[in-house]
Amino acid sequence: MNVLYDAILKMTWLSDGIAWILTQFGLQMDQPLVISLHYFIYDTIKIFILLSVLIYTISYIQSYFPPERTRKILGRFNGFFARLLAALLGTITPFCSCSSIPLFIGFTKAGLNVGVTFSFLISSPLVDLASVFLLMSVFNPKVAIAYVSVGLLLAVIGGTLISWLKMERYVEPFVLKGGVTELDEEKMTHKDRHNFSKDQVMDIVRKVWIYILVGVLIGALIHDWIPASWIQAVLGEDKWYSVPLAVLVGVPMYADIFGTLPIAEALVSQGVGLGTVLAFMMAVTTLSLPSIILLKKVVKKELLILFVVYCTIGIMIIGYVFNAIQGILI
Amino acid sequence: MIVKILGIGCSNCLRLEENTRTALKSLGIEAEIVKVKDMNEISQYGIMRMPGLVVDEKVVSYGKVLNVQEVMALFNKPGQIRL
Repeated sequence: MNVLYDAILKMTWLSDGIAWILTQFGLQMDQPLVISLHYFIYDTIKIFILLSVLIYTISYIQSYFPPERTRKILGRFNGFFARLLAALLGTITPFCSCSSIPLFIGFTKAGLNVGVTFSFLISSPLVDLASVFLLMSVFNPKVAIAYVSVGLLLAVIGGTLISWLKMERYVEPFVLKGGVTELDEEKMTHKDRHNFSKDQVMDIVRKVWIYILVGVLIGALIHDWIPASWIQAVLGEDKWYSVPLAVLVGVPMYADIFGTLPIAEALVSQGVGLGTVLAFMMAVTTLSLPSIILLKKVVKKELLILFVVYCTIGIMIIGYVFNAIQGILI
Repeated sequence: MIVKILGIGCSNCLRLEENTRTALKSLGIEAEIVKVKDMNEISQYGIMRMPGLVVDEKVVSYGKVLNVQEVMALFNKPGQIRL
């Protein structure tokens, strides 16, 4: 098991291979600049390989669960179970950030409870399947499972809260107007699914490559060039304010989970608490200025504020909990 | 004929628009291409995935960036779109 884990998710062979190539060029693997170069090349290639394989596989699964089908499935259930199901389906339903609003409208028009829709909207960017495998690669399976569990919990509780407070009052009226256009579900062959998955890989790589390069670069800087004592002075495990700081910095940022992971890894290696780092990642992926601005078009400010405040506080609590139980996870 | 591209302006919608223009040109079809960016208006078409392609008020594709050949095939398919 461990051999497979090292080879496939950690890609130790890639690390060794790059080290070997660098030494062939006469570079010494004990010089700081060479170590950084090695880290940069290795991490970039590793993330791109993982990203492509994962997105392809996941898109293939996702092609069986388009939002139209998800909406139909969710329409059959009510209450807590519907919200749990929404959070789970959120992890496999394909959707890019610019589709979140049409999706919100489509779900709401079909008569789904706003709480159910929000459970879906929170879980969808936060816990997608790709992030699970990347967390396994960068940290370990225990961290990945813990991340998924609290992510789903955050989504379900958020939906429940919104439902309890009867927040449907604060949805813009135009969203509720008019009926649902039932479009024929397309019949997909295996070739269609293959093409869809291939397109998804290219689409996502085109969108996130710059975030990955910048992320790995910052990761390399943190890893080897910024003194650990500086980082610990601001974000160290013993600093109570490290979690809120990480969240407040992360909320307005818009980046992809693939770009934030190398930074997360580097920070943890420099003694920043796991919870602080995960809170930062969650804040970046769940909340961002562009998504908040989009959401503002379909809900009134009461619901928008509740959503942002709830996610911010929830993520902070998750951060503190993970910092407290870090010993068991890593 | 009025062809509408539904989408809030992300790169996918721009690519679909380009491909549609190219396809229509090579088919020699005269059509007015309208970009619909307003969420309220988009939501009337009932689609949940961007970008959407609407021909004479009928949704013919959604959630996919069709390439030039696919757009051309759409316009050539009998029954799908009457020219």
